Amino acid sequence: MEPMLKAEGVHKSFGRLEVLKGITLTVQPGEVMCMLGPSGSGKSTFLRCINHLEKINAGRLYVDGTLVGYRQEGDKIYELRESEVARERAQIGMVFQRFNLFPHMNVLHNVIEAPTRVKGVRREAAVQQASELLDRVGLADKIAAYPAQLSGGQQQRVAIARALAMEPKLMLFDEPTSALDPELVGDVLDAMRQLASDGMTMVVVTHEIGFAREVGDCLVFMDEGVVVETGHPREVLANPKEERTKAFLSKVL
Amino acid sequence: MGRWVAAAIVGFVAAALIYSFATNERVQWGVIGDFLFDARVLRGVRTTLELTVLAMVIGIVLGVILAVMRLSANPLVKSVSWFYIWFFRGTPVLLQILFWGVAISALYPKISIGIPFGGPVIASGNANKLVTLFVAGVLGLGLNEGAYMSEIVRAGIISVDEGQQEAAASLGMTRLQTMRRIVLPQAMRVIIPPTGNETISMLKTSSLVSVIAVTDLTYTVTLIYSQNFKTIPLLLVAAIWYLFFTTLLSIGQYYIERYYARGTSRGLPPTPMEKVRLLMARRGGY
Repeated sequence: MEPMLKAEGVHKSFGRLEVLKGITLTVQPGEVMCMLGPSGSGKSTFLRCINHLEKINAGRLYVDGTLVGYRQEGDKIYELRESEVARERAQIGMVFQRFNLFPHMNVLHNVIEAPTRVKGVRREAAVQQASELLDRVGLADKIAAYPAQLSGGQQQRVAIARALAMEPKLMLFDEPTSALDPELVGDVLDAMRQLASDGMTMVVVTHEIGFAREVGDCLVFMDEGVVVETGHPREVLANPKEERTKAFLSKVL
Repeated sequence: MGRWVAAAIVGFVAAALIYSFATNERVQWGVIGDFLFDARVLRGVRTTLELTVLAMVIGIVLGVILAVMRLSANPLVKSVSWFYIWFFRGTPVLLQILFWGVAISALYPKISIGIPFGGPVIASGNANKLVTLFVAGVLGLGLNEGAYMSEIVRAGIISVDEGQQEAAASLGMTRLQTMRRIVLPQAMRVIIPPTGNETISMLKTSSLVSVIAVTDLTYTVTLIYSQNFKTIPLLLVAAIWYLFFTTLLSIGQYYIERYYARGTSRGLPPTPMEKVRLLMARRGGY
């Protein structure tokens, strides 16, 4: 089976600072991969490379068998045109730490904007789909509210519904609960758990060890731009093999 | 206590000034009444309004284009925008109006549409007929305004959180869609107040077109008082009209700002009209 995500020696530098020093990993369809690591380890940058928000400097990144952001002809690779990159991104959902809902649109318009503008879905169909998605994340009654009228947890669930409205084949989560008050984290994790059990392929950068242990199929521990350790979450969390993993887990567990 | 004394003094001085001005016979209030709705004055008012609206439309459209160009990744596109702003901000608008009014027909007596660099001509005409003095005035004011508006629009665009563009990009929106649907509507909150300011300023700056003999409000009243020597009352006629339209524009700006503020706060304060309606409703409730 074609892996949903395949990274081969991915390098990324910002100026002279090398943030990713050769990341190689795969995620199978339907799998949930959780990425753990200290801040500055490069996990968020790697996530942003997957939908070409950051351009990689070396290596290859494939989503569902297609090169991300480039096309290969023989040995050479060429960067895709902007519209082609946009088409690739439309198939990859992303949820941000700071939600990034569109503040000038109400919840319904946040969700239907991309399906109607990017995919050309008819408005009635998009509204129908949006109300189903909002119902799924428990926010059916907030359809006319503006983002500023919602709590952080509600905003993040709208953001999840907005990403799902594009019917992506892969969902990326960039520390989705890090900006939330502790009592609001549960609802967002519940929505993500639901999504995982529906069979969505997910890459989740998180500090929620409990979520990684319970929902993750695979755990990647990153530090200083490299993958230090990878394996089944319960295995890695219970018996870390590498010193750096042990040191990190002893601080957060 | 001190506050009351200060208020009394300021109130007294203001009242004295208004009284002396209102009762001064040399102001000739009757003449103001005669000329306020004079046909020539009204035609001048119309010209001033047309100049203001057209110049601002050109200025805003040009401003958005130049601002987006300035923020482009393409160095050529970026520097064209930079050069335009440098040139038009760097020369007096009075000089630009004179240039459009006089020099254009001297430099290019015939204006043609066709392929540049000596290619075939599709249409051509006499420059003096195509570029009337009114058009020259609109061009002078509008092209200059574009340079200032572009900086206002650029400030608005960079005030929008970068996460907004990333969220739009991650949903598969193109850069143009992101700009039009996500960034510009949010930038409007920052763009509107200085644009209102620019419009009010334009209403009065448009009087500079008198140098190329366009009969706007100011030029019209100077023409009239050069014949009847009623200088002060006619200048006041013009002042009254400028104040009237400045007031209208300020009210318009208030409502446009409210429109673009939606979603940014939990509730907007009532408008003056809503306050009146609320008051009436409460009275009726007794």
